[in-house]
Amino acid sequence: MDLNKRYTAQSWPDHPETATLEGKNKFVGFWLLLAAETVTFASLFATYLALKDRGPDGSEFTAAGLFELPLVFAMTMILLTSSLTSVYAMYHMKNHNFKAMQAWLGITVLLGLTFLGLEIYEFNHYVHLGFGYTTSAFSSAFFTLVGTHGAHVLFGLSWFIALMIRNSKRGLNMYNAPKFYLAALYWHFIDVVWVFIFTVVYLMGVIG
Amino acid sequence: MAHDTPEKIRSHAEHEYLKKKRSTEMRHQLTSFAIMIFLTLIAFTMVAAGFSAYLIVPIILLLAAVQVVLQLYHFMHLSNKGHGTVAFFMFSGMFVAFITVLALVTIVWW
Amino acid sequence: MSSLAQKKGFGAVIWDYLTTVDHKKIAILYLISGGFFFLVGGLEAMMIRIQLMKAGNDFLSAGLYNEIITMHGTTMIFLAAMPLLLAFMNAVMPLQIGARDVAFPFLNSLGFWLFFFGGIFLNLSWFMGGAPDAGWTNYASLALASEGHGIDFYSLGLTISGFGTLIAGINFLVTIINMRAPGMTYMRMPLFTWTTFVASALILLAFPPLTIGLFFMVFDRLFGANFFAVNMGGNTIIWEHLFWIFGHPEVYILILPAFGIFSEIFAIFSRKRLFGYTALVFATILIGFYGFMVWAHHMFTVGLGPTANAVFALATMIIAVPTGIKIFNWLLTIWGGSISFTVPMVYAVAFIPSFVAGGVTGVMQAMAPLDYQLHDSYFIVAHFHYVIVGGVVLGILAGTHLYWPKMFGTMLSEKLGMITFWFFFIGFHLTFFIQHFLGLMGMPRRVYTFGADQGWDLFNMISSVGALFMAIGVLVLLVNVVLTTVKNVRVGNDPWGDGRTLEWAIPSPPPFYNFAQTPLVRGLDTYWIEKMEGNKEGMVYAEPLGDVHMPNGSIIPLIMSFGMFVAAFGALYFLDDTKPWALAVLIIGLGITFGSMLVRSLKDDLGFHITKEELIEDAKRGGNTDGLK
Ligand code: HEM
Ligand SMILES: [Cu+2]
Repeated sequence: MDLNKRYTAQSWPDHPETATLEGKNKFVGFWLLLAAETVTFASLFATYLALKDRGPDGSEFTAAGLFELPLVFAMTMILLTSSLTSVYAMYHMKNHNFKAMQAWLGITVLLGLTFLGLEIYEFNHYVHLGFGYTTSAFSSAFFTLVGTHGAHVLFGLSWFIALMIRNSKRGLNMYNAPKFYLAALYWHFIDVVWVFIFTVVYLMGVIG
Repeated sequence: MAHDTPEKIRSHAEHEYLKKKRSTEMRHQLTSFAIMIFLTLIAFTMVAAGFSAYLIVPIILLLAAVQVVLQLYHFMHLSNKGHGTVAFFMFSGMFVAFITVLALVTIVWW
Repeated sequence: MSSLAQKKGFGAVIWDYLTTVDHKKIAILYLISGGFFFLVGGLEAMMIRIQLMKAGNDFLSAGLYNEIITMHGTTMIFLAAMPLLLAFMNAVMPLQIGARDVAFPFLNSLGFWLFFFGGIFLNLSWFMGGAPDAGWTNYASLALASEGHGIDFYSLGLTISGFGTLIAGINFLVTIINMRAPGMTYMRMPLFTWTTFVASALILLAFPPLTIGLFFMVFDRLFGANFFAVNMGGNTIIWEHLFWIFGHPEVYILILPAFGIFSEIFAIFSRKRLFGYTALVFATILIGFYGFMVWAHHMFTVGLGPTANAVFALATMIIAVPTGIKIFNWLLTIWGGSISFTVPMVYAVAFIPSFVAGGVTGVMQAMAPLDYQLHDSYFIVAHFHYVIVGGVVLGILAGTHLYWPKMFGTMLSEKLGMITFWFFFIGFHLTFFIQHFLGLMGMPRRVYTFGADQGWDLFNMISSVGALFMAIGVLVLLVNVVLTTVKNVRVGNDPWGDGRTLEWAIPSPPPFYNFAQTPLVRGLDTYWIEKMEGNKEGMVYAEPLGDVHMPNGSIIPLIMSFGMFVAAFGALYFLDDTKPWALAVLIIGLGITFGSMLVRSLKDDLGFHITKEELIEDAKRGGNTDGLK
């Protein structure tokens, strides 16, 4: 593959992410990884549900008593929006508009960072209430499930940032287009997981 | 193997057509997004309004499922051409995910 | 780059293997390390059998006995059987589908090194305060109570090697999905490729629950979490579920590739097309599917309730059906064939009754009420050794003989092979058949000794003698390997004379680019078709001779895996007050891993090209100048 090859919007393939065999391999491999991640998160959700509200005798922490919706609502909106902004980024990637793609990715990263900041604030808040990682089975399961999602957010952000910096000078080519595409897929997947977290953990938690 | 793809330069008309197609697609994405936000709002409002749990839980789970389908099919293009094999694996993953959750909420011997 | 290298010094060869991304060399690495762990596990087995040779023996203490059975099971499943099968998958599958390499050569190497360092880490427990002792199933109720760090070596070591296996699975799946030669449709794939495909799919979906379970175990023991801590609201049944949601598919991950190897052998040495190819393929897929719906048959006695037990009992019995379909297809493949009883074929023929015996006891155990009697007795030990040794290990031994020439270019001695076979086969039945009766007589599993008044002496003695036979068989195999390597008699493309699939159409060992020209596949058993039509070259080509693109080698996979290895020590000692440096070690280890990952992603690695001229040059020299770039 020639990295120096210049493309124009007119010579840029319709599906740059799968135009080369490497791209195709990455594409299929990444989806398979997402299938494995689905099972990974299912195991975490399943454990969370089995351990929800369980603690040592006399433990007062329950989901209904702990979670507050306004913060979760804000986090949800932010992450959903960031999913849309990454769609915009991919729209421009397909149109071979590198600058616009970078800009939308930048917005996505900012939204992601805000989300992460709110999550850290939330965790910190719980710890101050005395609900730490080792407090009860419920606390371990909660922090592990939501924290693993948070770690995915962190990884997704680092991935975006690394790609943006690494390619800032050289623009789009057949070598990096699949990488951008997959990073965006990953970001959507993170959003999918969050949809279940806000529904199963927070909303169903508040109901009790 | 892994040879460079031969460069194909599209004609102007073809190019314009593709561009248009993409921007219509983008508009669809925007609609999907609006629906997702709407579904989220319903879910949160229902919980805030304090209906009975037996009513809310199935509904918000359904709303979540719809949202996920929108993400998978529209944002992640799972329904597009060339996604057949990966979709099969993704659904197998969901199947295993489902029975795992089912087992741990029903048979953990509490 | 590229250019065909000359003879290399010893150091260069080592460096070549440490950095290789060539699937054939990675196969050899898997074979050697899997073989090594097989010997380690075998040694542990011998110690178990010595301890149980007579009543009230004191060869091993109770505590040490627990460590040894735990390490025996864990080593054999995760560090011997799986890697040895991965060796054959790596060596053969890409050749069978006409590919020049796997989809992700770099990840292939990473997968190997993760497995390797995970295995080493686990075994270091012997020298660093004691091995895990809660059984290979590591039930949380036992594991949380275990003192010392043995269990932590188990969970951290398996986490690392589990990542390696997951990577290998994804890699094989993508290879098969994307890199089949033109004309190689799914329904023309050799059966070994098919079983690799399904086994990899099982790896993909079964390893995550194990990883999560291990993760919980690590956090419970080392970071104060409470998943399984009952007094804190935890639940140990969660571990059992997660372990067996992985565990049952795992037994199919092991047996399916062995089925694949046997399918190849039956067709080759009966000189017949596989009977019921389509049925075999669908039976494989069906087994993979059902494999996920039966795990609770390992938990009948936990008390999940009659409904759950009934559902899982039924599902388990159903899974025997596709297995039976396979057995009949193999029998009908042999039927009326022109059979040659080579060593691989003898193993294959011996496999059928042995495995069927294991399947039958499996169905017996599937009846929940009966399992209340059989559970945790030697009957269970007999069952799973019949399926694992009689199925998987016989498959690995058969595969070793069958594919040795393809991997190394020399033939293992048939005479010594037969000696190995008879010792091993007789020893196997001697060891395990009698254990059924020991189980029925009430001998419990995982107990370090028994009393003279229990009447189990004779049968245990017989069982131990059988184990000695197996050990002799394995030693003869080692001698065979050494002699064959020293004699170094080179063989041609198709040393068995009756190869049917693409791997036999190219030199042994194949050149590092496998196929100078991508083959065109015209049907099932494509090489056989070409042979029958008198095509001397054995292949038709899908493309003219041209430049070939190949990936560069890299040391980064090794460094990344080493980082995980270091980090695992940090995690292990995290809570020890006497080891304040643990956190630093953890951070340094993760730093090494993520740092090298970053280097990898920032540095473009586009591979290199072998020119057409070089390919022609190479072909003149026989086409298999080994040890090129
Ligand atoms: C005909 C198909 C099979 C059936 C119906 C079956 C059924 C069972 C059942 C019900 C148990 C649990 C017994 C107990 O602990 O009380 C069991 C244990 C076991 N089976 Fe099978 N099995 C089958 C095939 C296999 C195969 C192909 C393998 C491996 C290649 C295998 C490996 C094992 C192992 C390792 C255990 C013991 C696990 C342990 O407790 O450590 N089985 N089997
Ligand atoms: Cu099982």
